[in-house]
Amino acid sequence: MSEAAVRMADAVADTVLIKEVSKTFTGERGNAVIALQEIDLVVRPGEFVSLIGPSGCGKSTLLRIIADLTEPTAGTVSVFGKSARQARLDQDYGIAFQQAGLLPWRTVSGNIELPLHLHGVGRAERRARARELLELVGLPDFADHRPEQLSGGMQQRVAIARALAERPRLLLMDEPFGALDEMTRERMQAELVRLRRETGAAVVFVTHSIPEAVYLSDRVVVMSPRPGRVSTVIDVPLARRDEDVREAPAFYATVTAVREALRGRPVPAPPAGADLR
Amino acid sequence: MTRVRRAVLLVVALVLLGALWEGYKAIGGENGGTILGVRVLPRADDISMPHLWQIWERFGQPELSSEGSRSVGVAVLTAMWFTFRVAFAGWLAGTVFGVVLAAVMQRFRTAESALLPYVVVSQTVPLVALAPLVVGWGGHLTVLGRPWQPWMSVATIAAYLAFFPVAVGTLRGLQSPTTVQVGLLHCYAASWWQSLMRLRMPACVPYLLPALRLAATASVIGAIVAEISTGTRGGIGRLIIEYAQSATGDPAKPFAAIIGAAVLGMVAAGSVGAVERALRRFRPAEGAE
Repeated sequence: MSEAAVRMADAVADTVLIKEVSKTFTGERGNAVIALQEIDLVVRPGEFVSLIGPSGCGKSTLLRIIADLTEPTAGTVSVFGKSARQARLDQDYGIAFQQAGLLPWRTVSGNIELPLHLHGVGRAERRARARELLELVGLPDFADHRPEQLSGGMQQRVAIARALAERPRLLLMDEPFGALDEMTRERMQAELVRLRRETGAAVVFVTHSIPEAVYLSDRVVVMSPRPGRVSTVIDVPLARRDEDVREAPAFYATVTAVREALRGRPVPAPPAGADLR
Repeated sequence: MTRVRRAVLLVVALVLLGALWEGYKAIGGENGGTILGVRVLPRADDISMPHLWQIWERFGQPELSSEGSRSVGVAVLTAMWFTFRVAFAGWLAGTVFGVVLAAVMQRFRTAESALLPYVVVSQTVPLVALAPLVVGWGGHLTVLGRPWQPWMSVATIAAYLAFFPVAVGTLRGLQSPTTVQVGLLHCYAASWWQSLMRLRMPACVPYLLPALRLAATASVIGAIVAEISTGTRGGIGRLIIEYAQSATGDPAKPFAAIIGAAVLGMVAAGSVGAVERALRRFRPAEGAE
């Protein structure tokens, strides 16, 4: 096989392939702000990759580029071997944001059905799929409720169910648990681990929280700001993802490694039982 | 509960208004109030301010002294019905035009910057100046094979007033969805038409309903002013002018027409309630059970 053919085969095999992507925003006074500089990133099928970094490191911008919500200034993005735009038009990914973004005039079920509705799926099939997804996210009795009758955590579950509606093999999540309290947040993380196991989808997950990134991910991509760059990629050596993992030594060690990478300098490991945040 | 309360408040307000009228009439004096020879309070004599019961009685009395004349009440009601239909046609045309205009302005940002200033300026043109132009242009038109009718000029001018609140309110409403909601529809590869019908129009409803109410009163005012300035017969505007001519000898008569016009405005605004009920499910605050 020629080298080019091998590269092609690799590109098709990768869920997301980002090469030398840069993004420059032009400010109101014409001054350029470099949001991302020469980013390389690969997400393999079924892999969970977190993007973590301080505000302004471009992690959300990177996610939006994968989703074709914004275009890179330079570099190439391929999603399932296609352009990001084509992947979006083909509905190859599901997406969830920090705000659930539910439509208040639609019922919970109607919100989950929205993408299916837009793509011409019949009423009965939509309804059945929504019921299935509500079961999956643990809200089977809320199909006919209105979004405003739900708590923040429940609304976010609905948003995740909506993201899964078309059985995507890639989930893009921009701080989906960012607005939730700590207890709800940990419960939602456990739910996401289960959902991912059941769907087998790859996930690109933007977060501010180090323990969240470590708990969920196969790999944590640490980014630094001004200009936005990938500073380190850390593999998470955790085999299981249950509640006990949060107290395992390997978990702490990885949390410490991510924190060091975020600070950009080595720091002494925290004593056992220290605050993880 | 709230409906009963609103009805009670309406009655209380009417009673207070009546009491104010009669109260001032009792203490105001024949020549009103003057300071250094300048009248600052209106006259309260029977010609300037007839008693409420005189106005009420006038509704039941014949319009003219000639034999077989209809009563003032029937005349006012007939005129109200005429103006209501014309104002409704104007409201409908203005609403359709306003919504379409807002959709175009939402779709094309250049259209918004180009058109919005003129939409605002359009409302500063005096209707009285506009009326002869509309009549003149209309005279050259045929609608569905029939010549232009005088009521069409009146409806056009009513629409001219009515489209404004609708266009402005709808534009704001169409722009009200959050970045996340707009982003989601983009991710779903929704067409412009789909995002208009599934996201922007439903989100617009809470902005549209008060605009429709404003448009309803505006269309009544527009119709009345247009009837007067185009000399169109049959409506309440014309009736106000006709009855005003007999103010000296028959002071209760013009007030009967004025009350008719006021009631018409309230009926028009109230009719929007039917639209509100039809669109209730799009109002999140009231949609919750």
